[in-house]
Amino acid sequence: MIEVKNLKKTFHLKTGDVTAVNDVSLHIEDGAIYGVIGYSGAGKSSLVRCLNLLEIPDEGTITMGEYRNIEIRKGVPYYEGKRMTAQQQNRMRRGIGMIFQHFNLLERSTVFDNIAYPLKYTGRSREEISARVKELLELVDLQDKIDVFPSQLSGGQKQRVAIARALAANPKILLSDEATSALDPDATESILTLLKDLNRKLGITIVIITHEMAVIKAIADRVAVMEEGSVVEEGSVYDIFSDPQAPITRKFIASSSPLGKIDKMIADNSSMTQVKPGEKLVKLVFQKDCVGEHILTSVAQECGVNLNIILANVEYLHGNPLGGTIGVLSGDEKQLADGIRFLEENHVRVEVLKDGSLD
Amino acid sequence: MEAWIRSVAPYLYTYRAKFFTACSATFEMFWKAGGIAFMIGLCFGIILVITKKGGIRQNLIIYQITNLVINVFRSIPFIILLIFLIPLTRKVVGTAINVKGAILPLVFGTVPFYSRQVEVALSGVEDGKIEAARSMGSGTFGLIFRVYLHEALPDLIRVTTVTAISLIGLTTMAGAVGAGGIGSFAINYGQNQNHSDIVNVCVLVLLAVTFVLQSIGNGLSKHTTNRSLFQVRHK
Repeated sequence: MIEVKNLKKTFHLKTGDVTAVNDVSLHIEDGAIYGVIGYSGAGKSSLVRCLNLLEIPDEGTITMGEYRNIEIRKGVPYYEGKRMTAQQQNRMRRGIGMIFQHFNLLERSTVFDNIAYPLKYTGRSREEISARVKELLELVDLQDKIDVFPSQLSGGQKQRVAIARALAANPKILLSDEATSALDPDATESILTLLKDLNRKLGITIVIITHEMAVIKAIADRVAVMEEGSVVEEGSVYDIFSDPQAPITRKFIASSSPLGKIDKMIADNSSMTQVKPGEKLVKLVFQKDCVGEHILTSVAQECGVNLNIILANVEYLHGNPLGGTIGVLSGDEKQLADGIRFLEENHVRVEVLKDGSLD
Repeated sequence: MEAWIRSVAPYLYTYRAKFFTACSATFEMFWKAGGIAFMIGLCFGIILVITKKGGIRQNLIIYQITNLVINVFRSIPFIILLIFLIPLTRKVVGTAINVKGAILPLVFGTVPFYSRQVEVALSGVEDGKIEAARSMGSGTFGLIFRVYLHEALPDLIRVTTVTAISLIGLTTMAGAVGAGGIGSFAINYGQNQNHSDIVNVCVLVLLAVTFVLQSIGNGLSKHTTNRSLFQVRHK
């Protein structure tokens, strides 16, 4: 389990103080894949560095697996009532794997030596290390690269080596700091698939830091949205995607869904979005228990309204429909009211974006 | 062979015993002062990198002191340093002349330059690698030996070569305190007695030494870039 309470971290720079992490509290279950999303400078990288004490927070309480309730007061961590020594911090970090945007492999070491790096701290014999490295290479599917140097590998392969290295000492937690941001789309997908597999196979808890909504959508169970050092929204990925609350979350989701285009169309006053009296520009969002798309035909037949579809996009997230339709709903006042009620009764959320009668 | 040498460098042949003594004195100064300066310079370079702002063991007091000492000794011309250090040399090694008396000033002349070079080489190791190693639980010693020195090896070889070559240059000046060596041989037996063949041969010998050192340095540095020195194959 990972638990963070009231975590604070301020950097004192020449240009002034920057509060990178501002009173953040999080709870992450064992075996979860937890996403933290935010624009650069939102404090997500500082947050994840605070988790394994690469950056010592100013205040707060951290539980990382077996290290429970590490209390940090005035930038000094205390564990079990005593000041945490550098050795204790190192020992704690050995139980937490971490991967990075730029892989950070040792260029002068072979794949074997890179992966063996953390194993030298585990007291294993040379034979045991060799066996473990081979096992890890099999896990990340790079058996034939054992004696190769990082400069001879592609970005995706380097990240696989970095993952194997991070997992070498059997950590229960893996922190991923923008691990796919420097990769092409194919490599990104294969790394995400690998992380998901590892989560399932090893039951390892994964914390993923990213600025890409697509990454969260692809593998995370839960997500926290960060802005200016604070978590502005937190919840299951499905809930956040289907019903975002904070403006920044909406912005992220708009950037990752074709339906997001509508905001720009409205702003540009596109002819598609102009409504006359008796017309409403609506966004229909299909909820979890929604039966399917024939509902649009039903509403037309039952209530006598017309729906002119402008944009539509439905995808499935963890088996639930996500997305919806944007269109112009037309009819007289009663038909419109009936239509909206009918849709809502059938688990379609109706958002009126523009109402022709009000103009 | 002997006849040929006698014909092209008659005076060198006459003073050949002195010449060999000079060569061995230069060699002795080079490896003794070089060895000591290598160790001390490496330590200072490491101290500079780890104690600077944002270093793995930030300590601005130690950093500033080390920095100041290095800057002061770097700005003194070697020939002045040689004289300036005479009292200290006398105290430490008992004499300020001969090869024995030259070692200490040579170390003082080389360490500041070498420390700076080591600092630059180690600063070239990306912060990300340090961070990754920290995330795997490496402490200060692990970071120094398994990341900094390991990753910067090609650059360290390069700067060590440059320093070694400049040390050869410094040894020739040590003749001023009677340390002998190729430099003073060239002046005393060559220039002062108007034996140009001796000067020419000394130049050739120094050229050859420089060339060999540079070639070894380049070769090793190239060989270790993105590779380990000795590689084990796993089957």
